[in-house]
Amino acid sequence: MNNLNLIFPEIFISLSLMTLLILGVFKKNSATLVYNLSIVSLLILLALIFNLTSTNESYLFNQSYKIDVLSTFMKMLTVGSGILVMFSSSKYLKFKKIFKIEYPILILSAILGMMVMISSNDLIVFYLGLEIQAMSLYVLTSFNRENIFSTESGIKFFVLSALSSGLLLYGCSLIYGFSGTTNFNLISANNLFEAKYGITFGIVFILVGLSFKISAVPFHMWAPDVYQGSPTSVTLFFAILPKIAALAVFIRFLYVPFVNLIDQWQPIIIFLSIASMVFGSVAAIGQRNLKRLAAYSSIGHMGYALAGLAVGTNAGIQSSIVYITIYAVMNVALFSCLLMMRRNEYYYENIEDLSGLSKNHPILSFSLLIILFSLAGIPPLAGFFAKFYIFLAVIEKSMYWLAIIGLLSTVVAAFYYLRIIKVIYFDPLKEKYDTNHQIGLKVTLLISTIFILLYFIYPSVLTNIVLGINII
Amino acid sequence: MINFPILSSIILLPSIGAFFIFFVKANKSKYQSNKYVALFISLANFLLSLYLWYIFDKTSTDFQFVENREWIPGLINYKVGVDGISILFIILTTFITPLCVISVNSTIENRLKDFLIAILLMETLMIGVFCSLDLIIFYLFFEGGLIPMFLIIGIWGGQRRVYSAFKFFLYTLLGSVLMLIAIISIYWMTGTTDVEKLYEIGLETKYQNLLWLAFFSSFAVKTPMWPVHTWLPDAHVEAPTAGSVLLAAILLKMAGYGFIRFSLGLFPSASDYFIPLIFLLSLIAIIYTSLVALMQDDMKKLIAYSSVAHMGFVTLGIFTMTQKGISGSIFQMISHGLVSAALFFSVGVIYERMHTRLINHYGGIVSVMPKYSIVLMIFVLGAIGLPGTSGFIGEFLILLSAFQKSFLVAVIASFGVILAAAYMLWLYKRVIFGKLINENLKNILDLKKSEIIILWSLAIPIIFFGFYPDPLISTTEVSINNLLKIYNSNLEVNLTNSSYE
Repeated sequence: MNNLNLIFPEIFISLSLMTLLILGVFKKNSATLVYNLSIVSLLILLALIFNLTSTNESYLFNQSYKIDVLSTFMKMLTVGSGILVMFSSSKYLKFKKIFKIEYPILILSAILGMMVMISSNDLIVFYLGLEIQAMSLYVLTSFNRENIFSTESGIKFFVLSALSSGLLLYGCSLIYGFSGTTNFNLISANNLFEAKYGITFGIVFILVGLSFKISAVPFHMWAPDVYQGSPTSVTLFFAILPKIAALAVFIRFLYVPFVNLIDQWQPIIIFLSIASMVFGSVAAIGQRNLKRLAAYSSIGHMGYALAGLAVGTNAGIQSSIVYITIYAVMNVALFSCLLMMRRNEYYYENIEDLSGLSKNHPILSFSLLIILFSLAGIPPLAGFFAKFYIFLAVIEKSMYWLAIIGLLSTVVAAFYYLRIIKVIYFDPLKEKYDTNHQIGLKVTLLISTIFILLYFIYPSVLTNIVLGINII
Repeated sequence: MINFPILSSIILLPSIGAFFIFFVKANKSKYQSNKYVALFISLANFLLSLYLWYIFDKTSTDFQFVENREWIPGLINYKVGVDGISILFIILTTFITPLCVISVNSTIENRLKDFLIAILLMETLMIGVFCSLDLIIFYLFFEGGLIPMFLIIGIWGGQRRVYSAFKFFLYTLLGSVLMLIAIISIYWMTGTTDVEKLYEIGLETKYQNLLWLAFFSSFAVKTPMWPVHTWLPDAHVEAPTAGSVLLAAILLKMAGYGFIRFSLGLFPSASDYFIPLIFLLSLIAIIYTSLVALMQDDMKKLIAYSSVAHMGFVTLGIFTMTQKGISGSIFQMISHGLVSAALFFSVGVIYERMHTRLINHYGGIVSVMPKYSIVLMIFVLGAIGLPGTSGFIGEFLILLSAFQKSFLVAVIASFGVILAAAYMLWLYKRVIFGKLINENLKNILDLKKSEIIILWSLAIPIIFFGFYPDPLISTTEVSINNLLKIYNSNLEVNLTNSSYE
């Protein structure tokens, strides 16, 4: 007998998004109402998921859906950052004249897709979740449909993402063909060594699809254009939520069915990780647009998260999860600052627009200073601890080259973060920006900056939670 | 009184002050009060650290005032403590910081509040470096110092400040990340990053050379040793006076301290193995940078290069592995901390009046600035290492023990002393004596009250410790002996182990 309590959060969010859609269609001018109600439903959702934290590891629907510490934590992280995204972006949407009912509903449905992905324990369920989220994201990318860049990035993302989904589906079918099942638990129980090469091909195709979703090199081509073209609030959404979900799937997929084939997939992950770290730090140097730069920086950060996964231990997985959590907070903070760069109804997004910011906006530039040093991984800020845990896990398994390359690329990456700080603090003054930001944006920036700044006082608060995640 | 966390208070007090200043609203009238808050905090910290020195037990070999708290369970402990070596650096730090705060009056024109915050945070981090008894805590403090220093150079610096700040930051970061890898490796080899425990356990010989090199890459950049010293002249020249002072007086000492505390204690066989390398680099630093210093026409650059040469003596002394050599190195570091701080303050004094650092713009100012000329003479003689100044004791002890190790090394190093006399006296001659050619110099004012306070409070200890070095030497003696005992016993274990293999 299935215990539907366990997927009550998913049921709740599906119902609420349908209700909100109907409400939005039948009630005129209800954009604000729908937007606020969707924030409320996300908050309720967060509470519902939090309610499940004490449940033991359990399965639903013939073991195709799994609730455990990993899924609960990642869902809370997803929903939590979703709330922060919603909190900080309503004014931006109004200024851009894209404050419509579809926007919150698409975000809700994307979050639903991600929750399904995170909990999936079966290739088909996983694919369904992935597609629900991808469909919503296609529309969100091109949401500012009168802007040529937004539509272009939407098309680009759609074509490439569809291609990668195709590859991923092909990989799923290969695995089904060679193992006879789509369920993660059953795949791992089967004796895979007879059909090792077929399975490996399947793994490779699925990894390609997943790497595309988290924009790891060499499947990163879409990220800079899409980041730059999309509305900033969507970029923020893009930079965080899909990556959390995809990382959860990465963990589940690699470590549940194929943990015995670690020598097959480990080199692939190491390659993805090194390529992303190096490329992310080198390619960002020439960028002038902050959103584009954030894309490259997130490519680099995904490289570090993957380095944790490549290790093949629980400590590695945990370090990866800590990394993605801190990464999410840092990106929320960074983009909140971006959303504050408004002057006369126009949003600025180039590095030189930050010139001399520190004289007019001392608090904002101080936050940016902390955020950027944290992104660069300088102690004692949160970003340093994220990297520290990763390298702790990596060096435990004596993967020194991975550690050395990773740390050297942090030095290269430090250069472009420093360049932004230089523009903020050392360069001549420009005009003031508007300061009448919505309260949600200010609160979001405040919370995330304080988290980054004071994380070092009690770093075990995060690690203690994550220590409960033991996949292997 | 035993349970009172005196070390943590000394570490945290400046940042509490910084926090306080941060929340005071910035407007013109409050600027002065901010300065007094900073001055009060840093002076209080100086008195607290003097009290620490007073109650410090010079005869004990253990670390004292140890505080050990769990920070990340099972991984990192917040462990701080002092022995005879580190306590002197703490006092140096708390002594220099108030002087920097006094000096901001005349040198910093804009954003005084931010500058004070940066200086106080810097003090916290620097004291933390000298107190920490856990490798990861050490790394946190060591690296954290990059942020305020980067801003100090970058915001309040001279014309090429951006280039210098970047160079400083990236050089140091590049060196340090390798140290982080080494620290984590040590953790996985031994299961702890606690320095005291690591002294007991000792590390396996076969890993020591690589680990030593990783630590060396960080310390060599920070010392700075030839050939990675090039960031230092740039950073010094562009930094504001207080920044140069902090950099020369304290930041450079972190590396020397690191060599003594970590390279010697943790990697004895590797330190033994790499003695020739260190000697070679130190000698090149002493001779080459002294020659370079001779050719400088910018005063700050000249002093910066002389710092590299002086730090060459320090590394030379440390790696003689003798009681006298290490004691001389520590003495030399403290003395250089005072002298170089004093020289940078002195350059700041005339720079602020004339807005040029080029030597040939000056000349003959003895007739218009007699007080300044007297005090500068003391500092110049201190930098040369004339007997009767603190500079002499350190260099003498270092050369003495270098003679024991190798005659050739000592002879070459002695040339450095002569060269130091050449460039410093020549500098003094060109700036102070000669004819007063530059018309603008005729209206130059002699020292103000605040400058007299700063310069004489540096001049007095330079002379005092030159005549009576015992307070410093006796503080370090027991700790150095203990360190050498650890070094020798671990070295023996390593050698016997490797002969079995």
